[in-house]
Amino acid sequence: MDPELKLNNVSFKYGQDWCIQDLGFELRKGEIIGVIGPNGSGKSTLLKIIDGVLRAQKGDVLLGGKSLYGFKRSEIARHIAMVPQESAFSFPFSAFDVVLMGRFPYSGHFPFEKKEDIQIARESMELTSTIDLAMRSIHELSGGEKQRVLIARALTQRAKIILLDEPTSFLDIRHKLEIFEIISSLTHSMGLIIVSHDISLAAQFCHRVILLNKGKIYKIGTPSEVVTAENIGEVYQCPVLVDENPVSNTPRITILSRKSNGKKESL
Amino acid sequence: MSWNKYYRITPLRVINLAVALSAVLVVVGFVSLCMGPANIHVKQVLLLFSDSGSIDQTTWMILFKIRLPRILLAGVVGFSLSIGGVVFQALLRNPLAEPFILGVSSGSAVGAIAAIFLGLSIDLGVPFLSFMGALFTIFLVMGIGRRQGGLESSTLLLTGVIVNAFFTAIIMFFISTTSDTRLHSILFWLYGDLSQSRYSQLSISFPIIIVVSAIVYVFSRHLNLLVGGEDSALQMGVDVELVKWLLFLGISLITGIAISFSGIIGFVGLIVPHLMRMFIGPDHRLLIPASALGGASFMIAADTLARTIISPSELPVGVVTAFLGAPFFIYLLKQRGSRWIQN
Repeated sequence: MDPELKLNNVSFKYGQDWCIQDLGFELRKGEIIGVIGPNGSGKSTLLKIIDGVLRAQKGDVLLGGKSLYGFKRSEIARHIAMVPQESAFSFPFSAFDVVLMGRFPYSGHFPFEKKEDIQIARESMELTSTIDLAMRSIHELSGGEKQRVLIARALTQRAKIILLDEPTSFLDIRHKLEIFEIISSLTHSMGLIIVSHDISLAAQFCHRVILLNKGKIYKIGTPSEVVTAENIGEVYQCPVLVDENPVSNTPRITILSRKSNGKKESL
Repeated sequence: MSWNKYYRITPLRVINLAVALSAVLVVVGFVSLCMGPANIHVKQVLLLFSDSGSIDQTTWMILFKIRLPRILLAGVVGFSLSIGGVVFQALLRNPLAEPFILGVSSGSAVGAIAAIFLGLSIDLGVPFLSFMGALFTIFLVMGIGRRQGGLESSTLLLTGVIVNAFFTAIIMFFISTTSDTRLHSILFWLYGDLSQSRYSQLSISFPIIIVVSAIVYVFSRHLNLLVGGEDSALQMGVDVELVKWLLFLGISLITGIAISFSGIIGFVGLIVPHLMRMFIGPDHRLLIPASALGGASFMIAADTLARTIISPSELPVGVVTAFLGAPFFIYLLKQRGSRWIQN
């Protein structure tokens, strides 16, 4: 069986310098891949290439075995959905309106939703526990609520692949956990790629991790293969200690200070 | 299922809204027809619709040669400028965007004046160059103010101020250095005036405006998605570049036509869409028809005020809209300005 998504030696540049170089991997059904790497390593660019917002100059992105570049925009949207880091609506659409927008790629030229679209949007909101927020304006929602609404929108797209671009960066720990739990509950029917700055959480919830460095895959594999003190220290240029999370048995990192071993000076 | 009833926007809902607002428009138009320096009683106007013949020549002239063409044109101008406002606000993702504030209106007026200088036809050549002026200004404003993801409020407003100042200077220069009677007054172009309205102006432009509005409406759901960002709309399947340029072209055409008839009338495209949003929400499938029809009513009312308030003299209608629009603009900026700047 073809993997849901396959990247073949993909390279991309904005101007002169390549920001993604010879990148290749596969995403299978039921899998969550975490993408980690320092700022500017190409994480967000990679997601934009996967969903075709940016077009790779070299290599190819294959969706179910076929080149992404042969698909129409609405066909891509039926295969891949994106949950952005943040979404700024310039007008106060209700949460339900926003979720319902996910049905757009199915509607053709007729600018109205069908009854069935309403049902699908409702189900997605139930899955992300946002149904009670349906009537509220997107502007009134907290960061965590907004992210769950955006995940509901991605579910409404009924895509086989969901990409998440740092969905938890503005959230506190409780809401971070909520988002990761929702994400891991979705995998039975789809593949997910999540870009995250939280290495420990990514290691805890993802099946495989990609460590990006300067647009190249530095390492890809299971969390314990990738998240090691050597790899992280080398790529992030920051000394870390990696031990095992005693509950989930996944790698956990501690950032070390170059001064005073990270201990506070006593007063 | 109650969810369907409350949340689903259906063609029927759109039609109901359009019918209701059309009824308002007809009433406003009728009231306007009855008002003016020559006191014509409502009964006399009503008689026309029942059984004519009993009306004298002068009254007939006033109603059908002076007032009615002006009411129709005011309606068309308000209709076009309001759609222009709605579409600009969505495409630039900025609630302060509007043809006048962006400088598109003054750019379009320069085009119209150039056409008059070249001796082009008032019904065809002038609206056409006016459209080219509007289109050119949109490219200019986008070129100057473009940042990734949209136009920031501060950049947008600054760009608009500069573009406006520049084009206004050109208009002043043209009009001051000519004795051409066709450029009858500076006030006409700078403050907007509908007193020169004629039926012939509608013959070509009216069908164009209807067709363009219908095309804009087909993309109303695309506009909803664009409000959440261009990348995000693209990811949900909107062909962003195509939609954007098609719509820029469309609204340049209809605002250009409107400006060539009326001169620069500011703030209509700001006030009307915001008022409509307060009542029916931000969904463009309702907002576009509501703003178009509401804008027509608003403009007819404003022009009626302009021609009666200091009767027997007249104000340029742009004075009335600016009088209402400028405080409204400041209110919007004060109340929620900071939120809109985030991008």
